[in-house]
Amino acid sequence: MKNKYAKITLDGLIFNNPTFMLVLGTCPTLGLISSASSAAGMGLTVVVILTLSNILISAMRKIIPNAVRIPAYIVIIATLVTLARMVLEKLVPDLYDSLGGFLALIVVNCIILGRAEAFANKHNVLESAVDGLANGFGFTCALTVMGIVCEFLGNGSVFGLKIMNFTVGMFATPAGSFIIYGLSIALFTYIMDVFMRSRRVKENRLARENLLDKNPEGGAKELAAKEV
Amino acid sequence: MATFIAIILAAVLTNNFITVKTYGICPFLGVSKKTSSAVGMGVAVTIVMTIAVAITYPVYEYMMVPLGIDYLEIIVFIFIIASLVQMLEKIIQKVSPSLYNAMGIYLPLITTNCAVLGVCELVIGDMSTIIGEASMNMGWAVLYALFAGLGFTLVMVIMSGLREKLNCVKVSKSLMGFPIAMITASFICMAFMVFTYIK
Repeated sequence: MKNKYAKITLDGLIFNNPTFMLVLGTCPTLGLISSASSAAGMGLTVVVILTLSNILISAMRKIIPNAVRIPAYIVIIATLVTLARMVLEKLVPDLYDSLGGFLALIVVNCIILGRAEAFANKHNVLESAVDGLANGFGFTCALTVMGIVCEFLGNGSVFGLKIMNFTVGMFATPAGSFIIYGLSIALFTYIMDVFMRSRRVKENRLARENLLDKNPEGGAKELAAKEV
Repeated sequence: MATFIAIILAAVLTNNFITVKTYGICPFLGVSKKTSSAVGMGVAVTIVMTIAVAITYPVYEYMMVPLGIDYLEIIVFIFIIASLVQMLEKIIQKVSPSLYNAMGIYLPLITTNCAVLGVCELVIGDMSTIIGEASMNMGWAVLYALFAGLGFTLVMVIMSGLREKLNCVKVSKSLMGFPIAMITASFICMAFMVFTYIK
């Protein structure tokens, strides 16, 4: 039981990270990572909208007819985005201004519709909520890390705090965002590759020890046959 | 006339949707492996963007603002775009099956393309940096959408040409696929940065 939620969380955060592994929601990522605070703000907005949309869609999955499910999902998401826009405009006008057009474009963010289609319409409310939070925070972490790197190189500051006077102007423009995003994906897939390989080696060793423990002579023969 | 040229220059070069605004990146990375499919996608997006603005702009300006329901713009716009795409698909299927076969697979993808909703939101917002003192009207809005779509197509075609060449190059394993495509895109962005000095 506990294991299931841990798996959903790890999948959303790392193994199926929407930004690095699936490369979804690229428009807001590239548009906003030139500033760490707007990247983090975008991420947190998506966390709230994704979790709510997953909960609503999962709760209504038995009512929505299969033929019109996509329009139904889009209406739910668009309503949530409209609400989020009003709340942000009233409560955090600074963030509202820095997100600009990308706030309305959360409606067509592939992550939200993707999770609705791939997860929320097949699982219960609690699982969908956990999935929404995990994927949302996977997106937020990725955006914030890239935002910090991009803002540091492009403006010499982190979250608006000036750190150094040396700046590389390119990183404040989409050209820099593209390079940082591309290199981050490369680094992430490389680390995942190394991690997976070491895990596979460990699993193989454990399987071999198990086999030998259970049945020393037959196991040794089987292994020898496999290795040849 | 000055407004006319300003809109065309802004839409195609200085405010290009991909290289400056970063709208519509999903098809830009996903459908740019071959030049023929890049052209198909670009043309489809241009058509949908133009028609979408031609419908959403009057609906917003002459129906929603007078009725005081302009806060519902996102829901109304996404619905108009989704039904428009579905309708176009059916019309093209009936009128020209060969065009449908060439373009059909790209059409459903366009509903969730940021560029279409993005341009509808842009033209109802503050456009004073582009058109100057001239007042915004439907003609300018549709013109902007048309040339923004053409700018999108231009970058798609450049990118697909570069990616076809990239197939012949050996890159390391972790850079294969998206990372190398993004680094290529970054160079296109740098090239387009030159145009931001046009005043």
